[in-house]
Amino acid sequence: MSILVSSRTKLLVQGITGGEGSFHTRQMLEYGTRVVAGVTPGKGGEKFEGKVPVFDTVADAVRETGADTSVIFVPAPFAADAIMEAADSGLGLVVCITEGIPTLDMLQVVRYLENRETTLVGPNCPGVITPGQCKIGIMPGFIHTPGRVGVVSRSGTLTYEAVWQLSERGIGQSTCMGIGGDPVVGTTHLDALRMFNEDPDTGAVLMIGEIGGTAEEKAAEFVREKMDKPVVAFIAGRTAPPGRRMGHAGAIISGGVGTAQSKIEALRDCGVSVAESPAEIGQAVAAVL
Amino acid sequence: MSFREVCLKIHEYQAKKILGDFGVPVPEGVVCSTVEEVSAAAARLTSGGTPVAVKAQIHAGGRGKGGGIKLAKDSGEAAEAASRILGSALVTPQTGPSGQLVGKVLVERGAQIAGELYAGLLLDRSSRMDVFMVSTEGGMEIEQVAAEAPEKIHKVYIDPVVGIKPFQARQLAYKLDLPAGAAKEAAKVFFSLYQAYHQRDASLAEINPLVITADGRVVALDAKMNFDDNALFRQPGVAAMRDPAEEDPLEREANEFGLNYIKLEGNVGCMVNGAGLAMATMDIIKQAGGEPANFLDVGGGANVESIGNGFRIICKDPNVGAVLINIFGGIVRCDRVARGVVEALESLDTEVPVVVRLQGTNAEEGKKIIEQAELGFQWADTFREAAEKAVAAASGGKGGGR
Repeated sequence: MSILVSSRTKLLVQGITGGEGSFHTRQMLEYGTRVVAGVTPGKGGEKFEGKVPVFDTVADAVRETGADTSVIFVPAPFAADAIMEAADSGLGLVVCITEGIPTLDMLQVVRYLENRETTLVGPNCPGVITPGQCKIGIMPGFIHTPGRVGVVSRSGTLTYEAVWQLSERGIGQSTCMGIGGDPVVGTTHLDALRMFNEDPDTGAVLMIGEIGGTAEEKAAEFVREKMDKPVVAFIAGRTAPPGRRMGHAGAIISGGVGTAQSKIEALRDCGVSVAESPAEIGQAVAAVL
Repeated sequence: MSFREVCLKIHEYQAKKILGDFGVPVPEGVVCSTVEEVSAAAARLTSGGTPVAVKAQIHAGGRGKGGGIKLAKDSGEAAEAASRILGSALVTPQTGPSGQLVGKVLVERGAQIAGELYAGLLLDRSSRMDVFMVSTEGGMEIEQVAAEAPEKIHKVYIDPVVGIKPFQARQLAYKLDLPAGAAKEAAKVFFSLYQAYHQRDASLAEINPLVITADGRVVALDAKMNFDDNALFRQPGVAAMRDPAEEDPLEREANEFGLNYIKLEGNVGCMVNGAGLAMATMDIIKQAGGEPANFLDVGGGANVESIGNGFRIICKDPNVGAVLINIFGGIVRCDRVARGVVEALESLDTEVPVVVRLQGTNAEEGKKIIEQAELGFQWADTFREAAEKAVAAASGGKGGGR
């Protein structure tokens, strides 16, 4: 049944009346996602597009509609609060699209989520999609095809590129998840691999990483010790100079930690097949199926 | 959506101002822009017979090695040092060969140094805790100490939600073999340093060296702070410390347009939507035998304005011999992106060869628009072909055209 989201998911949108929120809510509805509620403080009682009820608080929305998942489009200064509000209402999954949340706010969020049932994906991510069933986020739905390859990635368009390469080869995806490019994120590569490993509908996993931090290395250890499905990886940023942030706040090589080369070596040592070139991602996945 | 540039860095004198506000002892000093100001400041600061340090205020490290820090006994010596430093392009191991123009110097009262320590704070991503590092090896780069004598670095992990507790500051201070009085002072300094780091949304705070003076005081002789740009909206005082003179002019201009551009050394310009794909594009250019001239993320939904601005900035770099436009058309479909490329570039009248690869939705329509535009663009169907054509075009070849 894929991971995290399916045709049964009942979604609420925090920030549904904003520019990004309303645009992408329309796209999600068009894809077939069950958007059951929206939240914008002060706009409770309105209807989005004449059909999705809008509430002032997440608690109200959950009580009235039975929403079990939230996607967040609210501006960065208020996004951490929005994540915690969603967790407070007991939602099982919160996907935060918002970019630019202060690191300190995210550290608080991560601590707030400990001992709660909520899984956070993001922030600063494209979202989660189970092709043909449910799209939550800003990814283009139509490039995806239902199938058995799980995809997890720190980036947006590079993931679309990789998914496109898979779909072009007739390789479908079970669930594709963007975990975000920030230094502190809710779901890590390691968490995603664990979920895919336990999912009977996933037969192999594609992991797309980039320079900075050690999340890919930790995931690699899991592959060696626990993973019983093939894992293919690509790491972006071989040519990135140390000390510069390459767009994503988390994509920085500092103190010699986080280089593409060290990640690639760690992954290969743990039995992960690493694509040399971003043009060969689809081919590398095909080779392990 | 906007994409952000490098984290905010500030000058030593600014970092010392922040640390001083939080109770970290710093030497008495005056920041000066002219030799006259230096002379007056030095006259006052040396009146008790102590020398002063004249320190170039640039962001790059290694200033001492580059001749950017001079000791002076009196105002005459200070003025002489300042006249050589102010207005010069200071070359240090971190500036690159052309150096960094020095607009300000910090004139500081000297101290009798009995010992030099290191204190630094940053986020440990894997534990999601702040890591506070101290060492007796003050004055050395911490990376070098970590490589050569890791046992000399003492660490305490601090829960950012709880903040530092006095016992943690003591744990650090009593690892350093200091005289009893100095250890107490050091613990206070560590506590204050954490408050400054935490309350100002810093991503790095470093005092190197933190000195023990002959009379037992603990003083921040140097200071470095970087900040989380995502938090600048609530740190107006920090945001105002940005020094545009320290930024690459092209990067600054890109930033004004909301574009994320980083200048590199190669000759293949690249314009990409999305940071991950932009990095991957740089990588494939290298694999095709070329060198990327830049990193440029024009944002998820590339439009006429962002493409036009991005292209102008790329082409201002005289090293650029060709430009590769690699855009994944998702929700913004390739035909619309292609129209954006054509509209943005036809008004620019450029001689630089352009290779375009659009992938994703409606890529075929995009291709038709690019090829019918008669702007001399080369189309590439695949990622690899795009890189190979751009590399060939940049090196003055035929560009692998068909």
